[in-house]
Amino acid sequence: MQFSIDSSPHVQGGNDVQRVMGQVLLALLPGTLALWWYFGWGVVINIGIAGLTAVLSEWVVLRLRGRDPRPAIADLSALVTAWLLALALPPLLPWWQTVIGSAFAIVLVKQLFGGLGYNPFNPAMAAYALLLISFPADMTHWLLPSVLSQHSVSFGEAWQTIFQGKQALGPTWDMISGATPLGHMRTELSQNHMISEIRRSPVWGDFGGRGWEWVGNWFLLGGLFLVWRGVISWRIPASMLGALLLVAGLFWAIDAQTHPFPAFHLFSGGAILGAFFIATDPVTASTTPRGQLIYGALIGLLVFVIRSWGGYPDAVAFSVLLMNMAAPTIDHYTQPRVFGAREDEHG
Amino acid sequence: MAEIDYRRIVSDGLWHNNQALVALLGLCPLMAVTNTLVNGLGLGLATTAVLLGSNVIVSAIRHWVRAEVRLPVFVMIIASLVTAVELVMHAWFHELYLILGIFIPLIVTNCTIIGRAEAFASRNPVAASALDGLSMGLGSTAVLVVLGGMREFIGQGTLFSGAHLLFGEAARHWELSLGDGYQGLLLAILPPGAFIGLGFLIAIKNILDKRSAQAARKAETLEAALTSPQ
Repeated sequence: MQFSIDSSPHVQGGNDVQRVMGQVLLALLPGTLALWWYFGWGVVINIGIAGLTAVLSEWVVLRLRGRDPRPAIADLSALVTAWLLALALPPLLPWWQTVIGSAFAIVLVKQLFGGLGYNPFNPAMAAYALLLISFPADMTHWLLPSVLSQHSVSFGEAWQTIFQGKQALGPTWDMISGATPLGHMRTELSQNHMISEIRRSPVWGDFGGRGWEWVGNWFLLGGLFLVWRGVISWRIPASMLGALLLVAGLFWAIDAQTHPFPAFHLFSGGAILGAFFIATDPVTASTTPRGQLIYGALIGLLVFVIRSWGGYPDAVAFSVLLMNMAAPTIDHYTQPRVFGAREDEHG
Repeated sequence: MAEIDYRRIVSDGLWHNNQALVALLGLCPLMAVTNTLVNGLGLGLATTAVLLGSNVIVSAIRHWVRAEVRLPVFVMIIASLVTAVELVMHAWFHELYLILGIFIPLIVTNCTIIGRAEAFASRNPVAASALDGLSMGLGSTAVLVVLGGMREFIGQGTLFSGAHLLFGEAARHWELSLGDGYQGLLLAILPPGAFIGLGFLIAIKNILDKRSAQAARKAETLEAALTSPQ
């Protein structure tokens, strides 16, 4: 078959950073709305706090570095970082922890390494890891989804809790807060309960936790939109979720009473959000086609390993950070063959 | 032999060739024990004592040790001194000795000490070597103290906690605290905090150096303009 090739000039796609980041934000909307639906206004307030801090920090650092902050802020990358961080945080986290995380992401992880395009680590995940390690109690105490607690957190309640502490809510706090499904599963398993017993608890839905699985579905929708628009490649999400399913399935097949159903891994915690929005960060991920498959698959594997035998309930942040370190090496060994060169010609 | 510039030895040790900030030597204890100011100070002083002693001895025997065997000889000297310091701390600063633990014997492997023995003490007279050892040691100690203070303050909101370990019971009330309401940033106490903190200290030193170099250049051009015939 013959393709006709036009002579130059060719039509340009007009893709720039701002456009790409704008599409990422758009793709995050359905999942964000789902989080808001199940966990109340805290999510929105967190996004506001993190976004404001991120933009302010970016502005201050760029001024200190003697650069014009306007183009860097207009490209929306700081906002995307803050948004992703805010989605990963518990909805009623005290405001100053969100501020610390967001400022850390922009100032230390992004700008000190040279700004957008130079950071070796994913800023949102590095900040999440900082907060998780520094404030483990606050960071692992989530809200229960509203379908379970029968209480949807109003804007006023969320505002009060975030800015004045959880004492502001009084006894309501204990009613509406609890461990995440992954944390719940972890504690129960550590007490040698069988999966079939654990699953009888009302916190479980069809696959993951009730409410949680729907949040995952809506993030999946946004992720597929990004793949369709060509903003991200299908390789990293597919290989990450595929590897996670495969390993989880293997262990489930060996012993279904101590290893949860594979889909549980997929629809719990940050797996889907991570696969489509975080692991695919164009700056810190692997860039070669084969490299992306390896990179994604290793993240999936690490997520399972850390969730099952590690010290924390969820593992997406740590897995992504670990593989960020490995990405340059993976890229080095998976350089595609240059057109015209023989297979054995490159190192 | 060339004239020895004592002022330069001191300024090199404390600032321009600071072993922790410029040479980046001896980072293992730097990272491991600087979770509080007092721990940093304790290890810094122990290292300084060893460095001073080893520089003096190495310099005193420099004409009698053949080049081929100098490294084993240096290591023997340093190991003996570290053992002495360890015994002293065991006897008089027992609690601090327990806290610093393995890092006291590990002073033997601190690259600063053998580095100074090789680079300075084996080629210079005793007095200069002693001054070099003292200023290099104090330079490292200063970094240990500042880093320890930073990490302690951010990580648990106190300063001088455990001062009695080093200065006796009277120092127990030296501890400054932000109060119980302060929820520490745990990361600062953990190893990443040490790396990030050291990075900031190095950056601050580089900024200060750049500023003073700029100021010096400006003064030079000004002077040149003033003394020129026009």
